[in-house]
Amino acid sequence: MTRLELRDVRKNFGALEVLAGISLDVAAGEFVSILGPSGAGKSTLFQLLTGAIRGEGEMRFDGAPLDGARFAFMPQRDALMPWRRVIDNATLGLEVQGMKRRAARERVAPMFAEFGLAGFERAWPAELSGGMRQRAALLRTVVQQRDMLLLDEPFGALDALTRAAMQRWLETMWRSHRWTALLITHDVREAVLLSDRIYVLSARPARVVSEVAVPLPRPRTESAELAREAAAIEAGILDTLLGLADPNSRSSDGETK
Amino acid sequence: MLSRRLGRWLRARRSSIAPRKSRKTAFLRAPLCPAGHLPRKGPQGGRSAVATAITKLAPAVLSLAMLLTAWELYARFGDIAPTILPAPSRVLAQAWESRAALAENTLPTISATLAGFACSLLAAFVLSALVDFLPRLRRALFPILIASQTLPLVAIAPLVVLWFGFGLLPKILLIALVTFFPMMVALVEGYAATEKEISQMLAAMGAGRWRIFWLARLPSALPYFFAGLRISITYAVVGAIFAEYAGAAKGLGIYMLSAKNNFRPDLVLAAVAVSSALTLALFGLAVLVQRLAMPWENAKSERAGRDDKAEPSGEGRP
Repeated sequence: MTRLELRDVRKNFGALEVLAGISLDVAAGEFVSILGPSGAGKSTLFQLLTGAIRGEGEMRFDGAPLDGARFAFMPQRDALMPWRRVIDNATLGLEVQGMKRRAARERVAPMFAEFGLAGFERAWPAELSGGMRQRAALLRTVVQQRDMLLLDEPFGALDALTRAAMQRWLETMWRSHRWTALLITHDVREAVLLSDRIYVLSARPARVVSEVAVPLPRPRTESAELAREAAAIEAGILDTLLGLADPNSRSSDGETK
Repeated sequence: MLSRRLGRWLRARRSSIAPRKSRKTAFLRAPLCPAGHLPRKGPQGGRSAVATAITKLAPAVLSLAMLLTAWELYARFGDIAPTILPAPSRVLAQAWESRAALAENTLPTISATLAGFACSLLAAFVLSALVDFLPRLRRALFPILIASQTLPLVAIAPLVVLWFGFGLLPKILLIALVTFFPMMVALVEGYAATEKEISQMLAAMGAGRWRIFWLARLPSALPYFFAGLRISITYAVVGAIFAEYAGAAKGLGIYMLSAKNNFRPDLVLAAVAVSSALTLALFGLAVLVQRLAMPWENAKSERAGRDDKAEPSGEGRP
């Protein structure tokens, strides 16, 4: 069943064309990634979805025009509030929805163990390591119990080793929860490891240049066989991406979102 | 030199009293035990905190003592009339003799300072919030506020007294004039320093502007606010004394004026010492309030201290 459906979504900032007709769909319980070069407008797409900005084109959710609070959004970096304890960061979305702080804490507390944060409920975010902060941020995102997760390069700010560990952890978590999720990334390996399908975007103005299904069985971290197949898919995607990048057509804008 | 020796002596004493369970190992142990992973300050932490404080304070105390000694010697053996430069010992003795009059004049200064500063704080908060919601207001107000900081206090204080009399109001106004601006600027800058991603995330959660202000912008401004508070609180007592100097029934300012007119520099200096002590106490209070209001800042520095000793646990499994 298709949940999110985008048809020919466009966005210009003045004369700058950022999104040149994006069409994609995400089915219930599906993990879909949007992969593209830096500065391709991936984050603009998320801002359109969360309603922070307006664009043209059709955005539908469960068949109806997209409205309001469908998504739980996890921004780049963790955006944990340093002045709230970890548990109060986790309850933030529930509190904004109008839940009393105490009830929200009771709802969130049992989930700490699963997110590897047991015992750190009363810690300050500054006391956590990078990986723990990301898990706390994901906990804050999923407890909102929205229809769909939007993950905006969630591991981009981590060191390589922690990032790899977090990707594996997220894959495990996703297998047991089957969230409907849309992930933005420019990490090809991350996209292949986590996704059922991948939309590859061109450089700005962004359009979908290919849609890659990842038919690998889960869990995806086990066998060498799987790793070889994954590597083949990665190579294909990289060819597509690098074939697109024509250094003469546009100057590098150095965006590092 | 002396301070280092003092610190060493204190450390030696501590290790001889307490079994060798240093803070270092306490930090290493702490994150491993769940629930109680926040290192609480036990009696040992308290004692070492006192030792650190003494070690830190020693240079300041030492330099002050040297300054006072030099002054004392110069005033005593330099053939200087006490009506020109009284020795510190004389200032102290005279201050003790007139302690009743000093206290009587200190209380109105304290209440004026506190009242003026409270009003200034409230005004800074309300106006900064308004300016945050209405950027156009900022453009309208800031030129006036900056201009207000160029007014020479010496000229404006008598005028304010002339307009508003000898009561509390002119003092509140003058204190607000000198303390308002640093806090206002700090708050406005602090709101602007809110992490963009936190605001975006709150908006995606469905929070409105007021919610975002309350949940993110205000707490983000706290470190800036306290920096501004520490600056402006040191102006507050000076502002009050200026206001009293220009005209008051009682207060340190008017006391200094009449002592000067009676050729009593020792009493002027005694009043100066009282006002310095007052300012220092207020500054200390501000630092204390900051520590209490922002406990996560302490956690941050504790973690920083822990990091160069050992990799913190918690990343056992990713």
